[in-house]
Amino acid sequence: MARAALPRRLSWQLARVVELVDETSRTQSIVLEPPEWPGHRAGQHVDVRLTAEDGYQAERSYSIASAPEDDHLVLTVERLDDGEVSPYLAGELRPGDELELRGPIGGYFVWEAQLGGPLLLLAGGSGIVPLRAMLRHRAATGSTIAARLLYSSKSLADVIYRNELESLAADDEVDVRFTLTREQPEGWRGYRGRIDEELLRDIAWPPEERPLVYICGPTAFVEVAASVLVQLGHDAGRIKTERFGPTGR
Amino acid sequence: MDALDGNAIAGLLFDVFGAEMTTATGVCGSCGASAVFAELTVYPRAPGTVARCRSCETVLMVFVARSEIVCADLRGLARFEPVS
Repeated sequence: MARAALPRRLSWQLARVVELVDETSRTQSIVLEPPEWPGHRAGQHVDVRLTAEDGYQAERSYSIASAPEDDHLVLTVERLDDGEVSPYLAGELRPGDELELRGPIGGYFVWEAQLGGPLLLLAGGSGIVPLRAMLRHRAATGSTIAARLLYSSKSLADVIYRNELESLAADDEVDVRFTLTREQPEGWRGYRGRIDEELLRDIAWPPEERPLVYICGPTAFVEVAASVLVQLGHDAGRIKTERFGPTGR
Repeated sequence: MDALDGNAIAGLLFDVFGAEMTTATGVCGSCGASAVFAELTVYPRAPGTVARCRSCETVLMVFVARSEIVCADLRGLARFEPVS
């Protein structure tokens, strides 16, 4: 196709907000309809730009929460109380508003069904967002690749997409496990505490199975998870990481 | 301040290089470590955006944006190989 052969510029466009979905008390999904969307790969981002009346602009990068196969482009944004952009996105934005964005962006932290597996996904907090896109993509393509997700949250109330993740786990080849680091409900049967070697030994396949690993979360979470997996003998070349922090998303 | 990584500046890198660059490989001019740009340590709110070598912390790239113009200083990179 001639169009694809041209050098691509990332141009900004105004996407219409179709719907807002509360995921947790601090996170909201923004369902968007961009006028031109070339399609994306699970794990990619968009840049979002807000412009104040005086012309001041603030830009942030957000992971895409939807699968390429989904009808709409979805972002899930965590509201940071001292944030510059997120309180607007996850508080003031309304259906029918327009949001300036560009993308899809990024080619590293990406999983497509043809990359194979087994797929080991490790999420800390809102790091679940791009991994959810990967799991949705896996389901939408009818893939039979084995997938395991370990999702670390402060408490059960902070778990984003909980119902959806539990229904994805109805697939025999999908194993979803939670660890709650600060607060566990009575009778909690999942893991407790932060990610560590014991937890990773339990959840990760043995290195000989050569899982393809995607780790997304706060910097400290990513560093611990990636270094423990390498110590356990996993190939660093099959571990992909994405860090975010209060300054970024 | 929490450091991020090169994934967070994929859009900025695209602006500067005109291509998807998170999977490009950069070689540190100081310690010789080779890493994809996605794995560099990134401080997005330093004066400008600073990307450092994850192995030795040498400053590899500094970007400063004003309106639509981005100044890029690739001071610490020995070389880089774009995505083929």
